[in-house]
Formats: sequence, C-alpha cells, structure tokens
Amino acid sequence: MTSATSTVSPTSGSSRPRARAVSMAQVSYRDIRRKWFNRFMLGTLGVAALVAVLPLISVLYYVFKQGIAGLNLEFFTQLPKPVGETGGGLGNSILGTLTVVMMATVIGLPFGIASGVFLSEFSRSRFTYTLRFCVELLAGIPSIILGIFAYALIVVPMGGFSALAGAVALAIILVPTVAKTTEEVLKLVPDHIREAGLALGLPRWKVILRIVLWGSRAGISTGIMLAIARISGETAPLIFTALNSQYWPHGLLEPVSTLPVQIYTYAIAPFEDWNRLAWTGAMTLVFFVLIANVSMRLILRRKA
Amino acid sequence: MIRNSSDRRFYGVLLAASLVIVLVLGAIAAYLGQLAWPEIRHSGIGFFFKEEWDPVNGQFGAAAFIYGTLVSSLIGLVIAVPLSMSVALYLNELAHRRVAAVVGFMVEMLAAIPSVVFGLWGIFFLVPMLRLHVEPVLGKTLGFLPLFQGPPYGVGMLAAGVIISIMVTPTITAICREVFRGVPLTQREAALALGATKWEMIRLAVVKSSWSGVFGAIVLGLGRALGETMAVTMLIGNRNEISASLFAPGQTMASVIANEYAEAGGGPHVAALAYVGLALFVVSFCINFGARFMIERLKLRKAAA
Repeated sequence: MTSATSTVSPTSGSSRPRARAVSMAQVSYRDIRRKWFNRFMLGTLGVAALVAVLPLISVLYYVFKQGIAGLNLEFFTQLPKPVGETGGGLGNSILGTLTVVMMATVIGLPFGIASGVFLSEFSRSRFTYTLRFCVELLAGIPSIILGIFAYALIVVPMGGFSALAGAVALAIILVPTVAKTTEEVLKLVPDHIREAGLALGLPRWKVILRIVLWGSRAGISTGIMLAIARISGETAPLIFTALNSQYWPHGLLEPVSTLPVQIYTYAIAPFEDWNRLAWTGAMTLVFFVLIANVSMRLILRRKA
Repeated sequence: MIRNSSDRRFYGVLLAASLVIVLVLGAIAAYLGQLAWPEIRHSGIGFFFKEEWDPVNGQFGAAAFIYGTLVSSLIGLVIAVPLSMSVALYLNELAHRRVAAVVGFMVEMLAAIPSVVFGLWGIFFLVPMLRLHVEPVLGKTLGFLPLFQGPPYGVGMLAAGVIISIMVTPTITAICREVFRGVPLTQREAALALGATKWEMIRLAVVKSSWSGVFGAIVLGLGRALGETMAVTMLIGNRNEISASLFAPGQTMASVIANEYAEAGGGPHVAALAYVGLALFVVSFCINFGARFMIERLKLRKAAA
C-alpha cells in the first residue's frame, strides 16, 4: 500500500466517485501512519503472547528451583516432623493422595468411559444432547461445591471425615474430564472401521468394545492419566472431606492427609521448614501433571 | 439403529451409567439445598444483602463475599480478556505454525497447573512483587482514586484478581481461537484485497464478526473466575469486610467456604456456608448454561449458513 497516486480511499465506493480530493501529501502521511500503526498493533499482539506465557515459566522456574532443594529420600518416606524439628517428609500425604485418587478413579472411571462412549457412538440418540450438556455443566461446577456435596452425602451420614468422602468428590470431577477425552479420542476412529466390523456381521457392542475402544486404548488411557493428574492437584474439595492427618493412612473411613491439602497447609504456615516441604510437594505434583499433559499431546498428534 | 437384544442391553448399560451423571447434577442441588435449609428459612434472601458475618453470635450475611467475588473476578477479566484475545489473534493470524504450536501448548498448560501451586507461587513471588513494586507505583500515580488508596499489603483483592486473570486466560484464549477460526478465509482475503493492512484486516474481518462468540468466551471465563478457590483463598487475605481499596484484603464466596467449613463443626455455621455454596452453584450453573447456549446457537447459525 504505497498508493500515493491514488486519490480515492479504499473504503469509498463507486457511488461517490468525486469524493473529497485528498492531496498527495495527506495520503502518504495517512498511509505512513497506517503502516506504523499496523506494526505497532501486530507487535502488541506478539507481546501479549509473551506476557501470557511468562507466568507459566515463572511458576515452573520457582517450583523446580525451590522444590529441588528439599528433594531427598526422606521426603517420600517420612512423616512430617513437628514444628522446630528439621527434616521429615510428606510420605503420608503422598500415600494418602495415591489412595484417594485411586478410589476416585475406581468410582468415577466406569461412568466417565460409559458416557464418553455414549456421546461418541450413539451421537444420534436424543439423549446425547442432554448428556453432553450435563457433562459440560458438571465440568463447570466449582470444585469446592462438590466438596460440600460429598460432605452432605458421606460425611454427615457416616459421622466423620473420611478418605471415601474425598474420593467421591474427586470422582465427580473425574467423570466429565474422562467423558470428554474419551469422546474426542473415539471420534478420531474413522467410520469405515466401524462399518468394516459391522459388515463382518459383528454385533454393535462387539464393534464398539473390541474394535473402537480397543483400538483407541492408548488415547483413552492417556486421557485417564490426564484426568487423574487433574484430580491429584485438586485441593478445595478435600479440605473438609478427607480433612488432614499427621499419621500414615490407616483406613478408608478415616481422615487422611493428601498432597494438595498438605501443600496448602504448609504454604500458609509461617515456618520455613514447612514452606520447603510445600515447594517440594508442589514440584512432585507439577512434574506428574506435566508428564501426563505432554504424553496426551504426543498421542493426539500422532493420531490426528 | 439397534438390532439385536445384546446390543439393546449394551445400550441400556451405557444409558444407565449416563443417566447417573444427570442425576448427580440434580442431587448436588438437592443436597446443598437440604444442608442450607435452616439458614434459608432463617434469613431468606436478606442473607445476600447483610454484611455482618459473625459465626460466634450466629449472625450471617454474605454481602461481603459477593462483593469480593465480583470485584476479584472483574479485575481478573479486565486483565485476561484483552490479553486472551490478543494471544488468540497472535496464535491464529500471525504466528508461524511451529511457534503457534509451542506457545499454544504453553498457554494450555497454564490450565493444568494445580490451583494450590499458583497459590504457593503467589504467596512467595506475586505478593512480594505487588507489595514492593506494583502497589506503591499504582498508589502514587492513581492514588486519587479510592481504588488505589491505603497501605500496600500485597495480599488482597488485587493479588486475587491477578491470579484469577492468569488462571482464566487459557479458557478464554481457547474459545477465542475457536471463534476466530470460524471466520471464513474469504472474508480475510476480501479485507486485504480492499487494501487493508494486516491489523485492519484483523480488526474489520476477524474481530468485528466474532463479538458474539468472544462474549460467550468471556462469560465462560467469568464462570471459571467466580469458582476459583484455592489460589484466591491463599492470596486474598481473608477479611470479611467490604472496602473500596483494591489493596485491602477481602473474601470471596469460594474462599470463605474453603477457610471456615472444616472448622464450622455443624449447626448454623455450616448451614450458612452451604447457603453461600448453593448461591455459588446456582450462579455458576446459570453462567455455564447461558454461555453454552450462546455458543451452541452460534454453531447452529454457522452450520445453517
């Protein structure tokens, strides 16, 4: 656009052929301004992308820098020490998180996969629209609300905080996540594969289970990993369901210490030793989350 | 579609499992309502207009939390919306494919970092930075506004708003990218053919025709912002009062539940907290419902066109 000779601005149509004559000097001035404004705005967009990425880099840098300092065998095998004594670890919280997350997965996984299969394989059913809406809505509920739900459902009738209550809250978070990734992965399977199975005379359920699901097992299991990574970091629904504990987990109906709740407790505590444990705990969590996400990305890219 | 009896059974099992999901959604509302019932009967709608929150004397009002939720979410959106739109435009319209893949992945990763880790980072990095560098400068330059008066604590509304903005950026960016991608290529080419610069093309051909979709993205971002709990709880300062200054500590609906529920020990305190939770549930339900509805309708219109 160096049209210094053009006297008609690009926006004026043929209905106004004798638009105000613009002198050559003005046109070139305006075009120079447009050119620089263009550069300025495009530059701004680039800077915005940089700004958006900075927090991630900063978080990862701090978590790994501060976390690595406290990383040793003791961290994974020891109970936390009382205030004033140095050392100790978050062994009970790690074991507790594994317990609660495993329970949540066992409870939530069947529902997540079933609804994911339903969404992908019976997409013409009238119920599908409602189900998709409900899955989206469930995913949009703040996780702390699910904590209150689990409290009312489990803690109140059973008369005490328990690992089970925490697991139920986490299971409800797991379901929509698994449902959505399962649906996405199954939709990558081309229709002619299903048709080939049906053409061989297989019943539909066999086509879905043995061909579609089995063929997508890598993608589905990564999706499950992703959902597990997601719920492993959830704190809010555990604070008043699984509560916390200073001891090793010793029963599914007892309060249990979990990594995120312990990080929360130790992060806001005014003791440096506890802060250090919080950082190392955060590093453990973030490491797991990163691995799950990167592998999901790699699998989806290979498939697509 | 369904031919033999084994297929019908299979369909039935899937349908039953899916129905449970729908039922859970209803059960959440029912249980919250049941838990909150004593407080609903006791103070009704007036609960949301009363500022006093005194568990010891059984006085409960949620006005301060509603104010805190709105203000912190608003700060978050004011920062996150222009940022996310710019990032989406950069990734879709400007960046090289490889750069877009890497940067896009990094923005998505922001959504994967657990909230409590953002809180931890906020306590030891963001809060000191705000207290030492950002808030004094804001106080000096914009201190004539009541928003930026008072001592710079670091923890407070501003810290909560900033962390919310970081956490909703991936949500808004992802939806904006989808919306901008829906603009037909011919529309871009038409703008360029008329002599528009690249920026003018983006403004006229891409952004202008996407506002309704962008609005849906903002509403979904708002839904995330309202419910954001842990990072906000760790950074907002937890004081049950309304104050005009953004530097002052506050409290949100989610953070008061996270803070007090475990120690509430049953009785009216739990009922009041559950009432706050019920309100948060209803609001986020409506917001998500509305946003989904809008985006759905947009898709239908695109499909029809």
